[in-house]
Amino acid sequence: MLTATTMLTLLGLLSGLGLGFAAIRFRVDSDPLTDRIDALLPQTQCAQCGYPGCRPYAAAVAAGDADINQCPPGGADTVRALADLLGREPIPLNPENGSEKPLRAAVIDEQRCIGCTLCIQACPVDAIVGAARLMHTVITAECTGCDLCLPPCPVDCIDMVEPETRPSAGAAAGLFTGATAALSP
Amino acid sequence: MNDTEAFELAREAGLRTHHFYGGLHLRHHKKISCRTRVERPPLPEQLTVPLNQYAGETAEAVVRPGDRVLKGEVIGRCQSCAAAHAPVSGTVEALREVPSATQPGIQTPAVVIRPDGREQWVPREAIADWRAASPRQLIERIRSGGIAGLGGAVFPSHIKAAAARERRVHTLILNGAECEPYISCDEMLMREQPANIVLGARILRRAVGAERVVIAIEDQMGAVQAALEEAVNAARCESITVVRVSTIYPEGGERQLIQVLTGLEVPAGGLPADIGLVCYNVATAAAAAAAVTQGTPLIERYVTVTGSGVAEPRNLLALVGTPLAHLVEACGGYLPGAARLVVGGPMMGFPVASDAVPVTKGVNCVLVLTSQDISTSQTEMPCIRCGECARVCPARLLPQQLHLQVTNRLWDQARDYGLSACIECGCCDFVCPSHIPLASRFREGKTELRNRAGKARAAARARQRFESREARLAREERERAEGLARRREQMRDRTQRQKDVQAAIERAGRRRQTDGEPDDT
Repeated sequence: MLTATTMLTLLGLLSGLGLGFAAIRFRVDSDPLTDRIDALLPQTQCAQCGYPGCRPYAAAVAAGDADINQCPPGGADTVRALADLLGREPIPLNPENGSEKPLRAAVIDEQRCIGCTLCIQACPVDAIVGAARLMHTVITAECTGCDLCLPPCPVDCIDMVEPETRPSAGAAAGLFTGATAALSP
Repeated sequence: MNDTEAFELAREAGLRTHHFYGGLHLRHHKKISCRTRVERPPLPEQLTVPLNQYAGETAEAVVRPGDRVLKGEVIGRCQSCAAAHAPVSGTVEALREVPSATQPGIQTPAVVIRPDGREQWVPREAIADWRAASPRQLIERIRSGGIAGLGGAVFPSHIKAAAARERRVHTLILNGAECEPYISCDEMLMREQPANIVLGARILRRAVGAERVVIAIEDQMGAVQAALEEAVNAARCESITVVRVSTIYPEGGERQLIQVLTGLEVPAGGLPADIGLVCYNVATAAAAAAAVTQGTPLIERYVTVTGSGVAEPRNLLALVGTPLAHLVEACGGYLPGAARLVVGGPMMGFPVASDAVPVTKGVNCVLVLTSQDISTSQTEMPCIRCGECARVCPARLLPQQLHLQVTNRLWDQARDYGLSACIECGCCDFVCPSHIPLASRFREGKTELRNRAGKARAAARARQRFESREARLAREERERAEGLARRREQMRDRTQRQKDVQAAIERAGRRRQTDGEPDDT
């Protein structure tokens, strides 16, 4: 009886020591859950979720401070992906954060731009180039369509336009040549 | 087997023939369009040359309405796609959007030209002796001639050649295995212009730097082999071999043909160049020969007009930009009962809504089907998981599984199951007892996967840019704070120094006072 109790106590102490050592020695600084959530977010950096970027939102979701339905650019797909990852039920997008819209890109009307650099400071991904009192322009390929450059513009010279999209070949899905009847061996 | 081994083994391409997995024996329906010699149809009243002829960049129009153009003049310039040339001399009437013949649902800008009937050529620059020209010159000529893959994909040939050269390919394969039923344009070209094809093979071989050429034809092509071999002998070119392969659909697919010729599979997601091969269509070779030796750009191609809904099925040498209706008319017009117009063959072709659609470099066949051919006795039923589709899939995929994933939008799973490797051959459709249009579902799924991959790439870039911006802002903030601290320090220094000076003066004054006192006394 005494031997067993002693053995178990010793075992418990040893394991506790081992775990305690591992917790300090192999400490992970960045939260892996935050990384995994961040990987599912669209990286628009639009702050519509109420956090100043995708990563802060991911950290908030990981900490349980934010719900998974606050990302309008990601839409239902992102909600579903987050629900899968976190083992929750998918829920509809929170209308307070905005609604799902097609991807757009900012375009600066060069005639109206006065070169105030306010939009450059607002852009979360540095997709606007220009200098004070010189015309600015948007690098369309880098624009995430976050709309953050719109409010600071004093002359309203920025428009959000849908890029010219090529309809997918899937537009023809359902159109089937139907000639196979003529080919039977 | 590792990559270098496969690279070396592929040198034996064509010495033995092998088999690829799956595939189908289909009825050919080719003879009906091979009975008459290929001719040019009369000049149409208007030609519409699309500026986007493949799934890539669109050429930029360099003409404006009202301009006069000469035959062969560049009308569309492009960095990474094949240039567009005027197929006739005449006047540019308009620039407008037209539906694409080979990419359904897509509009492409096009140049509308009204021919003047004089057929005046732009001055053509031929390379007098291609043997003396450097491969770089040959590739440049292929580029300026607007040569693109005539097998249907219309991939710019100069890009393929330059990439193949860089990868040091050893064998050039000319694809004459036209496996899809009804289509016979390559067969007619090989019958009528074997010498041009062999010349093109030699030029391309020099351009890509390959040692050998294998011309693959089908065993059902009759006199083609003799014609090609005669041309090879006449050119006294020992490095070219003509190989007959057995006719199993889809043997004309690049990967399938390579498997038949070498017994090796091109790695998924890789290119034939990975195992030292480069593959061109026979018609592309003939077009490259014309571009190099005569300076003639690619403005016309062989097109098969066939099907049970057309009066006289045949092959025509059609100018790019000719409306499909004009070709059908040149073949005696539609027969009563004609119900559907398909560009391409019955397995991989696309139905088009209008016969005003113009011929592009990728249109190999115009198929007119009657209502009998497309009878709607087949309604789609649920998948019974019989596995017939997996038995015929030449890409060795599991179509029944992919179908489940695509219809349930399980994109990550579909990607893991190799949806992107689907060649859209339609073998699975053909054998499906539930008549499920699998190939078109997969086509849709592949587009979705491509879009998602693009989005993921864009997100990764945005994340990187956001993070580096955050880092930059943090650095600037830190630098500002440091600067402030430094200035405050300096300020303190200055006041301290002033105090020191003051103290020194006072000290000196005091000393003078104490020193001076004894003198005074």
